[in-house]
Parts: sequence; C-alpha cells; structure tokens
Amino acid sequence: MQVDWIYGLVGGGIIGLAAAIFLLFNARIMGASGIIGGLVDGSGKSDWTERALLIAGLFLAPAFGALIMGGSETNITGNYGVIVAAGLLVGVGTRLANGCTSGHGVCGISRLSLRGIVATGFYIVAGGLTVVIFKHLLGVI
Amino acid sequence: MRNLVSFVVGSLFGLGLLISGMTNTNKVQGWLDIFGAWDPTLAFVMGGAIIPMAIAWQLTKARKPVFADSFPTPPAPQIGRNLVIGSTLFGMGWGLAGLCPGPAIASLSFGGVGGVAFVLSMAAGMLIAPHVRTRLDQAATAS
Repeated sequence: MQVDWIYGLVGGGIIGLAAAIFLLFNARIMGASGIIGGLVDGSGKSDWTERALLIAGLFLAPAFGALIMGGSETNITGNYGVIVAAGLLVGVGTRLANGCTSGHGVCGISRLSLRGIVATGFYIVAGGLTVVIFKHLLGVI
Repeated sequence: MRNLVSFVVGSLFGLGLLISGMTNTNKVQGWLDIFGAWDPTLAFVMGGAIIPMAIAWQLTKARKPVFADSFPTPPAPQIGRNLVIGSTLFGMGWGLAGLCPGPAIASLSFGGVGGVAFVLSMAAGMLIAPHVRTRLDQAATAS
C-alpha cells in the first residue's frame, strides 16, 4: 500500500509522456472521450485510422501487460444497473462537456486552461458526492 | 508516421493507466471517498501526467509539430452551461463505477462482462449526447 503512490507517479508520468508525444508529433490532444466519441458517432471519420490505432494501443498494451503480470484486478461492481447507469452518464457527460479526465484534466490543466480547471472541479466534486451518497448513505456501491 | 505515433501513444497511455492502478476501480473510488479509507494515488497520477504535458505546451511555443502543419488552437475560454452540466454528469458516472473513458478501454481485456457492459453503455451515452445537447439548448432559449 505504501508504494502505490510511486506506481501512481511513474504511471502518471508515462500518461503525460504519451499526451506530450501526441501533441508535439501529431498536434493532437490526447482526450480519451473525444477520440472514442469520434469513432462512435462518426464525427471523426476524416482521421479514423489515427483514432482507431490509438484505441487499439490503449486496449492491447495493458492487455499484454496484465497477461505478463498474471492478471490485473478492476474490482468493477457486479451490479449491472449501476454499471449501465454509470456508463450512460460518463458517455453523455463527457461528450456534452467535450472532455474527460485526460482531455480536461491532464491536457487542460497542464496549459492552465480555465475550462479544464472548471470541468475538473465539477467532475471531482460530483464524483465525491456520488460516492458519499451511494456508498455511505444508500450502500449501493 | 502519424498512425504509428498514434499506436505508440495509445500503448503508452494504456500502460501508464495499468501501472498507476487507475484500471482498478477501488483506487479511483478510494480517492473520491474522502469519508472512507482515502487513497491518495490518483493525485500522484494526475500530478505525474501534468508535468510532462506542461513542458510539452511550453515547447509548442517555439516550434512546429513534427507530423502536422500547426498546433491546435485552444477553444474559446467561455465556461458554458454544457461544460458544467456535462462534467457534473460525467463525475456522477465516474463515482458510481470508478471508471472513466481511458481506463474503461485499457481494462477491457481483464474487466470481465462488467467492463464490456460499461463500454457499451458509454458508447450508447455518447450517441445520445447530441440529443441531450439539443434539448438543453431548446430549454435555454425557451426560458
């Protein structure tokens, strides 16, 4: 438990490096919801290959990593009602806000974007309140 | 070359999420849960990711991108209604499941049926989003 923050810092550094390479080489913002959203609703047709290959790497690299590590735990809830509700909220919310943890959080805050900072403030407070209500008050999650 | 860069970027992104523990929903919900056994990891992940990216933004000032003509222009700085409502809805979903879009894809191979169900629901939500946006705009003009 004590070394988790080191893994966090190293893993975070690799995420930041990935975002930096995408910006400096391809002049693109590494926002997961925008890249996925463009594939899902067809708005990213003009750069479909670029998006699809990024998502392929995002899926395959941890798949191999987890295989080498002998599996990795997600601890995702077994309550499918919660899963579907959460997925819908994340899908609608990130597209409405034009960004998620990677786009607004990592890429936005790092250039001191007011939109990124405000968005991050709202989703963290909303997430915190949701955990308090659904875990401690209702006991659903 | 742009396509190769994209694949490398996606792979690094995924490995970073796996190593940092962000594919483990307990760690994300543990960070959001300030009244429980608070887990500080997510703050280190965010900090660790923001540092290289802040350097990259500085580098964009004096040069051109390697495989493109120009860097993206920042969006208009207005804080709109959709940004606030969207981020709040996203945060609620993030808190409920402990997953956001990046880690949802990164953990798809070992997240079981629940992980697949989350990604499919998220995709459905992304398809509904334009309709929600239209409704919100209509409600705003009507009031």
